[in-house]
Amino acid sequence: MNLTGMVRPYGDTTGDGRVQLSFTLPVPFTGETERARAEGAALQLAAKMGMDPAMVVHAKGMGPDFTFFIVYGRVSHLVDLSAVTVTEREFPVLASSEVNLRIRSALGRKLVVVGACIGTDAHTVGIDAILNVKGHAGEKGLESYREIRVVNMGAQVAVPDLVARAAAEQADAVLVSQVVTQRDAHISNTQEMSAAFGAGFGTQRPLLVVGGPRFDPRAAHDLGVDKIFGRGTTPREVASYLVHVLAPQEQEGAA
Amino acid sequence: MTGKLNLDPALVAQARDLARLAGQPVVEMARTHTTVSVERAVLRLGGLNGADSDGMPWVNRLADAVRESVGLEHGVAVPVWDAMLTGGYPDLLTLAIDAGAGLVKFRIPSGGEADAARETARRSVKNGLSRIDAQRRERDRMLAATSDPPMPWIYLIVATGDIYEDIPQAQAAAREGADIIAVIRSTGQSLLDYVPEGATREGFAGTYATQENFRLMRAALDDVSRELGRYVRLTNYASGLCMPEIATLAGLERLDMMLNDCMYGIIFRDINPVRTFIDQRFSRQVHARAGIVINTGEDNYLTTADAVDAAHTVVVSQLLNEYFGREAGLADGQLGLGHAFEINPDVPDSFLLELAHAQLIRELFPEAPLKYMPPTKHMTGNVFAGYLLDAFFNLCGVMTDQSILLIGMMTEGIHTPFLSDRDLALENVRYVRRAAGNLGASFRPEPDGFVAQRAQRVLAESVDLLRTIGAQGLLTAIAEGTFGVTKRPPDGGRGLDGVVEQAGEYYNPASELLEAKP
Repeated sequence: MNLTGMVRPYGDTTGDGRVQLSFTLPVPFTGETERARAEGAALQLAAKMGMDPAMVVHAKGMGPDFTFFIVYGRVSHLVDLSAVTVTEREFPVLASSEVNLRIRSALGRKLVVVGACIGTDAHTVGIDAILNVKGHAGEKGLESYREIRVVNMGAQVAVPDLVARAAAEQADAVLVSQVVTQRDAHISNTQEMSAAFGAGFGTQRPLLVVGGPRFDPRAAHDLGVDKIFGRGTTPREVASYLVHVLAPQEQEGAA
Repeated sequence: MTGKLNLDPALVAQARDLARLAGQPVVEMARTHTTVSVERAVLRLGGLNGADSDGMPWVNRLADAVRESVGLEHGVAVPVWDAMLTGGYPDLLTLAIDAGAGLVKFRIPSGGEADAARETARRSVKNGLSRIDAQRRERDRMLAATSDPPMPWIYLIVATGDIYEDIPQAQAAAREGADIIAVIRSTGQSLLDYVPEGATREGFAGTYATQENFRLMRAALDDVSRELGRYVRLTNYASGLCMPEIATLAGLERLDMMLNDCMYGIIFRDINPVRTFIDQRFSRQVHARAGIVINTGEDNYLTTADAVDAAHTVVVSQLLNEYFGREAGLADGQLGLGHAFEINPDVPDSFLLELAHAQLIRELFPEAPLKYMPPTKHMTGNVFAGYLLDAFFNLCGVMTDQSILLIGMMTEGIHTPFLSDRDLALENVRYVRRAAGNLGASFRPEPDGFVAQRAQRVLAESVDLLRTIGAQGLLTAIAEGTFGVTKRPPDGGRGLDGVVEQAGEYYNPASELLEAKP
C-alpha cells in the first residue's frame, strides 16, 4: 500500500471522498421558511468546509432556537501522506494494567509516589485530579493503581516537610502541583523545591515531577525538575511517564 | 410485588440484620461526636449567612472563634447564644463580626444562664427548621399545581461553571424532557471546609454549590415547571467536608434530591472516615426533615473495580446506606440508592448480568426510588457504539423498573455534552420507553435460569462480605480496603481535625429538634 502518496476519504469506492458530519446551528427549524433557511445554512457551512456536493440527510429542530444536522458529502481535499508529521511522545501511554505489570516486573515492589501542593498554594484541584481515586477526565487517579502507593500530603506543604516525607516513605517520585502564579510563585517554589531535594538527596533524589496550568513544559531543566506536565494532563499519562523512567522495560532480546 | 428471582426471604432478612450490626457502632460514634460542619450548620439554621471580605463565611468565623475560646465539645449553641444575651447583640451577624475581630469573650454558662442560652438557641434554630418545613410544603403545593411526572424520571446534568449559563441550559433540558436537573459541582468543592457564598460564574468542570446558586436555579426551574405543567426537580451534591451545611442550604432553598453517600467521601476523596460518618448522619436528618430524596454513590465502585466481580460490594454499600438512612429518619421513598450499567460489553451475556443485578436491587429495595447510572467506563469515543450501549442501558432500566435514569451521553468522556448529544440521548430514552416501557410486566426470568442464579449468587456474596465486615468492624473494613481499592484508616484523610468528642453537657438544638418525634 502506498503510504506516502495522495489519498481521499473512502466511502464505498476508492477516491469517492465521501464523509459524514454532524453539527448544530443556532437557527430555528419551526416553520417552512425557517426550515429552508436552516438547510441552506447547513449546506453553506458544508461547502465552506470543502464538501461539494453535500446533502443534508437529517435536520431536526431542538427547542425554538437550534437545529441539528447530519450531512453527507464529498470533500475535494487531498490528503498528502508524505506531509504528515508524527510527533513522537518520549514515552508511550499505557493502560493501567500494563503500568502495574511493568512496576511488578521491573521493581518487584510498589512504586511510591509522594504528592503535595507546596508554598501557600491551597488549590489541590490539580494534584487531587492526578492522585485521588476519583481521578480526572474519566480516568482514575494513581491511588487506584494496585502497584502504586500514594502519599498525598495535601495543600500548603512546606518544602522541608516534603523532603523529609519523601525520605521517610522512600519515594520513587515526588509530584507537586502549583496553581497560584502570583509574582511567579510557581517558578520560585519549584526552584526552591528542586534545590532542597538536591541538597537533601544528592544524585539519589526521587524523580521530581511538577504540574500546573501555567508552567512551560519545556522548562523542566531550568527549574531543576525531571518533568513538567501542563493543563489537561491525565493520571494515565503521569503513570505512564513514571514507569517509563522508573520501571523501564527489559531490552528486546534480553533474557 | 412478587419476586422474579426466587430470592430467599430469610437470606434477605439476614443481610439487613448484618448491615444493622455493622452500622450500629458507627451510629453510636456519630451520636457522641460533633464536627465543625455540624456546628456551622446549627449557626446557619440559627439564621447566620454571608461571608467576610475574603469570602470566608461568617459561620466559619464564628465557629472558629468559639472553638478557640471554649472549644466545641459543648457545641456552639450555648456559648454563642449566651454571648448574644449577655452582649446584647441584635443578631448573629453582628456577633460574628465582633467575634472575628477577637472582641467577644465566650464562656460556658451554668444554671439559669445556661437554660436561657439553650432556650434562645432552640427558638432561633426552630425558626430555621420552620423555613425548611415551609419549603417542603411549597414543594407539595408546586407538585399539586403542576404535576408529578411518572417514573422513571429522566435525570440530566448541567455543568458550565457559570450559574447564569447553567440556568438557560437547565431550562432547555427541562423543555426537552428532563424531570430532574443536576448541577455538577466544581472539581474539588467536596474538599473545601467551607461553603462558598453568592452567585458564582467560575468553576472547574462544574458550578460551585452555594445558597444563592441553589436559589437562582430553583426559581428558574419553578418558572419552567409552571410553563410545562410538570414539576422539574433540582439536584446537587452534599458529599464532602461540608455535608451538614450543604444539606441545610438545600433544605432552605428547596432542592429536591441530594447526592449523599455514607462512604463516597471516604473512598474517593480521602475524607476522614469518622468525620464523614458524623457529618452524613446529621445531613441525612436534615434531608429527612426537608423531604429531600438522597442519591447514593455506589455506581462509583463499579468504575474503579470490575462490575462483575464487585457487584456484591454495591449491594453491601446499599444495605449500609439504607441502614444509616433509616436510622437518620429517612423514609424508604427518600432512599435513592445508586447502581450502574458498567459491565464490559465484551463479556458474554453482559446484558443478562446487568438484568440480574438491576432486578436484584429492585427486589431488595422495593420502595426505594433507585437511581440507575449509565455506562461511562466502557464508552470508548466510538459515539455510534456508545449510543447503542446507552440504548441497552435504557432497556435494562425500563425492564427492571428503575426509578431514576441518568441519561447516558454518547460523547461520555470526550467533552461536556453538546446540545445535540443531549437531544439524541433523550430521543434514545424516549424510543426505548415507548417501545418497551411495558416489557417489565412480561419479563419473567426462568426460576433457576442464568439471571435468577446470578442474582442469588450476588446476594449470597453480599451476605458473606457483610459477615466479614461485622466481624472486623466497619471502620477496620474501610481501613483494609474493602470498598474501592483504597485503604482508608480512621485516623487518616482530610477533616479529622474538625472532629470533636462531645462533653457531657453538649447541646445541639438542631439535633434535639430533628430527633424529636414530630
